[in-house]
Formats: sequence, C-alpha cells, structure tokens
Amino acid sequence: MKAKIHVTLKQGILDPQGKAIEHALDSLGFKNAANVRVGKYMEVDLNEKDRAKAEAEVKQMCEKLLANTIVEEYRYELVSP
Amino acid sequence: MNIGVVVFPGSNCDHDCQHAFRDVLGQSVRMIWHKETSLTGIDAVVLPGGFSYGDYLRTGAIARFSPVMGAVKTFAEEGGMVLGICNGFQILLEAGLLPGAMLRNRSLNFICKDVYIKVENAATPFTGHCESGQVLKIPIAHADGNYYTDPVTLASIKANAHVIFRYCDQEGHLTPEANPNGSLDNIAGIRNAAGNVLGMMPHPERCAESLLGNEDGRLILASMIEGLKKASQTPVAAAR
Repeated sequence: MKAKIHVTLKQGILDPQGKAIEHALDSLGFKNAANVRVGKYMEVDLNEKDRAKAEAEVKQMCEKLLANTIVEEYRYELVSP
Repeated sequence: MNIGVVVFPGSNCDHDCQHAFRDVLGQSVRMIWHKETSLTGIDAVVLPGGFSYGDYLRTGAIARFSPVMGAVKTFAEEGGMVLGICNGFQILLEAGLLPGAMLRNRSLNFICKDVYIKVENAATPFTGHCESGQVLKIPIAHADGNYYTDPVTLASIKANAHVIFRYCDQEGHLTPEANPNGSLDNIAGIRNAAGNVLGMMPHPERCAESLLGNEDGRLILASMIEGLKKASQTPVAAAR
C-alpha cells in the first residue's frame, strides 16, 4: 500500500510563496490564475494490506508529524500496488 | 547556576549561548547532546538557534522528537526555566510547550539584521532587569519567524500578558513597518501560562557584551540568572 499525502496551509492563512507564484503567473500573462497555494507532497510505502489500518496509521502520521494542524491541513489517498 | 545548552544536529548558536552564559555572565554551562535523556543538575535549559535537522519538513518539527525533548518537557512541567531562541522558539512551538506556529516570513527572505523590540512584560524571571516598555536592539536571523496563532489563543495570550516582546521602531512604536516578518500583532517573544518557558526570535546571546558593540541582550540573560537565584530560594524549586 502506498500513501500519497498532500499538506497545505489552511485556507485563510497567508501563503507568501503562493502569492509570489501568483504574481509571477500574472506577469507571464496567465490572467485566469488565482489563489495559488503551495504545499508539500509526500509518498509513503506502507507494509500494511488492511486498508482501514493503513488509513488509521497515515492519519496518525499526519497529525503527529507530517502536518502542523495549527496552520496546515492534509489529505491523502491510499493506492494499492 | 548550571545552564544546559541543548545541541541538536544543525544547531549553530549553541557555542554563542555557551560563551554568553559562561564567559560573559560567569555561569557554569553544560552542552547537552540531543540524545541525552537526563537533565540532572541543570538549573535552566537553553534551546539555541540554528537549523536543527536542516529545517526539514518544518522548522523544529523533527527536533521536537529528539530524545532530550522528553526530559525538557518534564523539566518545564516541573517549573524549570526554559529559554528557546530562534530555532529554539520554533522547537518549543512544535513541541506544544508554547502556543502557536511559525510561518515563512512575509517577504520570503531570510532576514539577518538588528531590530528593535519592546519589553511588554518586565515582571517575568526573563525580563527582571528590564523596564516595562523598554526598547531593546537585538538581531534577528531567520526565514520562518512569522508568528501565527488562532484568534482565541491570541486574545488569551494578550489578555494574560504572555506576550513578552514585540517588534517596534526605535522609539517603541508598534508599527507595521517595524514588523520584520509579518508576525501577528508584532509578536517577537511569548511565555507560557506558568511563566517559566520563554520563546523569542531575536538573539540576545549575539549582543551580550560591549566588545560586540551592543549589550542589550545581556539584560535578558542576566535577568534569567537573577530569576534562577530567586527561584532557588523558594522551597518548591529547592525540592526539585
């Protein structure tokens, strides 16, 4: 089982990197681009076949280490090989 | 007093802290490798600045799980004084010993320069040598010093005088221009509810002697020694 995890700043929290990229896109002529948010993408291989158990474990990883839930939110998907 | 300076892989202000406490203030200093699990004989703990674990994932996110941090947490819960400077402050936030989190600086730049901070609360063991409202000139050096906390926590730390230092201009005005990194409410340093844990982004150890042209930081470090001496005269601390 592989977990694909995305961590981004919560909506409403200023993302200075996202803003910088947004300005760059705008200056390149991409006038439709708005609300750019920068985040982290992580892949974790899990030695666990039970989907429910894998999901519980990934959630714990996110809560404990991968995301700081004061300022960040996370989402993940589990993919079987 | 015995000051313990914790050394994480990537700490780089540990020797500055050692120098300030030992050579400038005449205290005994023990360097504590992050794998140690005992703080026996230590009167106060300093988490120094630097880039623990290369700032991977988030600043302080991995250091907070270092073996020594269990002992630091217990030490703090038992009332021991803990000072976190810069990366040390970030580690205290990640460890939950102080409320809130750090975001990337508003400008996205790593900022290394002298700033002015206002002493908002001089009635703490970390600021006893300062006066309330006093303006100190102390350098900052960080990329992630943009303090954030939720509105409820912010209201609470303000109401309870947990904000110890705020960025200001030379005259002490708390202006947006004087805020180098975008911190909520110009916050540069906060303490915990019990008052024995302080986190601050500016580096007092870098300006603690006349040789370096600025002694403002010495006020904070000397306050801490004074605070420790006072605490050691009370029965609670003596039993610890």
